[in-house]
Amino acid sequence: MIDCVENRLLTSRRGLLLGGASFAAWAYLPKFARAADGRDPRLVVVILRGALDGLATVAPIGDPDYAGLHGSIALAADGAHPAIMLDSFFALHPAMPEFSRMYRDKHAAVIHAVATPYRDRSHFDGQDVLESGYAGPGRVQSGWLNRALEVLPRGERVSSGLAVGPTTPLVLRGNAPTVGWAPVALPQADDDTAMRLVDLYRHRDPALASALSQGLQLEKAASGDDMKPKPGNQAAQMRQVARGAAKLMAADDGPRIAALAFDGWDTHANEGGPVGRLAFLLGGLDGALAEFESGLGDRWRDTVVVVATEFGRTARINGTDGTDHGTGTIALLAGGAVKGGRVIADWPGLKLANLHEARDLKPTTDLRAVIKGVLQGQFGLSDRVLAETVFPDSASARPMKGLVA
Amino acid sequence: MARDSQAALVALNRFGFGARGGASGDLINAASDPRGFVKAELARPSGVLLEAPGLQSTQQLGQAVFAYQDQVKQAREAAKAAASTEAPAQAPADQKPALRRNLSLNAAATEVAGQMADARPADNAAKPETMQPNMAAPQPAKPAPQPLNVIQKTFRAEALARLQRATLATCGFTERLVVFWSNHFCISAGKGELARIWAGAFEREAIRPHVLGRFADMLKAVEQHPAMLFFLDNQQSLGPDSRAGQNRKRGLNENLAREIMELHTLGVGGGYTQADVTSLARIITGWTFAGRQGQLGAPGSFVFNTNAHQPGPQMLLGRTYEPTGLAQGEAALADIARHPSTANFIATKFVRHFVADEPPPALVARLRDVFIKTDGDLKALATALVDSDEAWKAPLTKMRSPYDFLVASGRLLARVPEDPGAYLNNLNLLGQPLWSPAGPNGFPDTNAAWAAPEGMKLRLDIAAQMGARLGNNIDPLDLLEFAAADAASIDTRKAIERAESRQQALALLLMSPEMQRR
Repeated sequence: MIDCVENRLLTSRRGLLLGGASFAAWAYLPKFARAADGRDPRLVVVILRGALDGLATVAPIGDPDYAGLHGSIALAADGAHPAIMLDSFFALHPAMPEFSRMYRDKHAAVIHAVATPYRDRSHFDGQDVLESGYAGPGRVQSGWLNRALEVLPRGERVSSGLAVGPTTPLVLRGNAPTVGWAPVALPQADDDTAMRLVDLYRHRDPALASALSQGLQLEKAASGDDMKPKPGNQAAQMRQVARGAAKLMAADDGPRIAALAFDGWDTHANEGGPVGRLAFLLGGLDGALAEFESGLGDRWRDTVVVVATEFGRTARINGTDGTDHGTGTIALLAGGAVKGGRVIADWPGLKLANLHEARDLKPTTDLRAVIKGVLQGQFGLSDRVLAETVFPDSASARPMKGLVA
Repeated sequence: MARDSQAALVALNRFGFGARGGASGDLINAASDPRGFVKAELARPSGVLLEAPGLQSTQQLGQAVFAYQDQVKQAREAAKAAASTEAPAQAPADQKPALRRNLSLNAAATEVAGQMADARPADNAAKPETMQPNMAAPQPAKPAPQPLNVIQKTFRAEALARLQRATLATCGFTERLVVFWSNHFCISAGKGELARIWAGAFEREAIRPHVLGRFADMLKAVEQHPAMLFFLDNQQSLGPDSRAGQNRKRGLNENLAREIMELHTLGVGGGYTQADVTSLARIITGWTFAGRQGQLGAPGSFVFNTNAHQPGPQMLLGRTYEPTGLAQGEAALADIARHPSTANFIATKFVRHFVADEPPPALVARLRDVFIKTDGDLKALATALVDSDEAWKAPLTKMRSPYDFLVASGRLLARVPEDPGAYLNNLNLLGQPLWSPAGPNGFPDTNAAWAAPEGMKLRLDIAAQMGARLGNNIDPLDLLEFAAADAASIDTRKAIERAESRQQALALLLMSPEMQRR
């Protein structure tokens, strides 16, 4: 695969055509996918680009400082749009009824006050760290999910067509081959012309030969009219991408491990409370999770969906009813394989003295520990591989136990 | 001769938009004095300006949007009054009316993109030749679903003026510089109706006048332009202790201040802290544009709103800025423009764009020194690049961006666009929607972004469509002479000679490394 620092930015925070949603998957089945015990684990990583306001999504309503800090956009347990109480302390945004149902059924969990090791506030560096799995920015040769694939026993190549996304997100880029698909309806060049061009490139420009060959194969593998993007709102497009992805992943010979990226979470102004802009996006995310649940059918029971973002947002709203770049946030887990019904948090509190740099939710859990716990639970990766290969130099962030049932 | 053609290829492809077909003689002219050919455009700074009949100022366009929005509102209210019963019950749970109103600016832009994307398959199924980027003729068979509104019309007129300029330019070096700086200081039309209607005017007013001028002047023009203030939310940012901040209980928004330092000047790691971000955000409170009521000034024009400006001195990057109103921010920007990190950041990005993904360090260092010594003279920067040996010796490894590719193809085919529609559609397909990058960091500028598998396949499909439509009327070997002459590889020449049809030959030529690399 070709690597690039900016590649992922083709998908958009404020995207038009694709509504800021993309999908890519591992090109192979894990060898144990059809093992005798019938367990056939699937993993979907959803990256929310732009920095999700964790305090607005899973609100610490029980914290006496929350309502003051989040001000006009704070959630409340009462009112016209009450937040959904997850326990006596945390409440879920009312735009997420599906996640709430999964949580009640113990198939969804929240990890709060979580962050990658990155402590500055640049989206682009923050996304590098989140997706590369390295402790610092600038490492963009490969993503942690791709390095995890490299250590999995490789079975047959997936034969299903693949879904939306003009580029592979960094988290899934690297040596392990991946597939994706650009959903456009354009009359195609005929095979003969394509083969002649590949031949020319082989003689003159091997890099283009390789890129074009891959592009041609992907196109052949792609299928299904219903996976073309349609104009519509961003929330509908999140659902649509998830529906396509779930359909592919449900197939016996479909991909088992995939990544999606949803853009648009950079809510600097007029973020909205129980209704408004963030609510709209969260509704899209909630719908996407429901699409995975229904689309994967029986396979949902072996599935974990991890939702993560590059960092959180300021605990106190800014001067424009939004939030600026912050630090601690949430991660979400959903799926039949999740040991759910829990908000996992070592809550730092929201008193000024407890905030990171007196402005952000202080992270008390390393996001890598959460992801390592999922990878271990789903695929049995060892502590050592996780600490050295998948998340280099992360031995101190030990895999969280008991996330997967 | 081969060596001259090679230098001519560098002159036209690395620095410009490629050779024009027809009787231009571009390649021969460039071969006789490659450096002079490129630098000729730098001698005419006024040539960078873009004026075309019908293109309006930011202020006029702002007022046009306000008037249009009023119209839409009135029409909506009239319709509501007419059919009052069923509307509320139909709104889906996640699309509250209030939210819809907030999103409507974006939604319109999305619809435009969506309609364009949606229109293609239907068109293509019936008549594949309509995929031509140079498609001049209107499409009579297709009834327009709705007449274009003023925002869509303006966007297309601005796009067309830019495309025509790029297609007609002799070398295209200054147009390439415009594209570079416009992407460096990008806004996104996807932000909303104002951003969409202003996208072209922003480039004409804030970028073009300074492309061969001073960086500090461009920086100031950009950060005070209503399009940028809107794109990065500064018009909403109020000094917490300002009169407006106190009255309205609102305050700072850091978005623009952060991106000024991270993306426009110092670069991430350029030596600023979170405290500096907040401080600069305070300093530029009050930088806004007058709204539809015109209380602060002519609607749609930049204004400094003292009432929103944070009072008091501010500490930024180790220096104190006294409370001098608008001048406080202008002094801060002037100092940031002169910061050594800015010189380094700009020189690196400039060399990466024109020479190689991995920019030669010696060349970067030289351009950085020129930037510092000339106090950010961008003409001197461009001249130093053209004068360098590295820029002529480095192999042509950079991939043309989709915009470069489509413009270069139009030039070679000698077709001046009369309608921007097909270009805009193809840019959307290839992941570079005009003036609409995904984030404030602009479109990517490396091979990995533009030589990705999906993108290559799509380029081939587009080239095949161009071949199908235009292959009949041209001799691909003649075009190869225009494009590269004896700098063309023997393999490319053979592939074109042996093609099974002129159509196929043209597709192969457009996709050849000589046309794809720069």
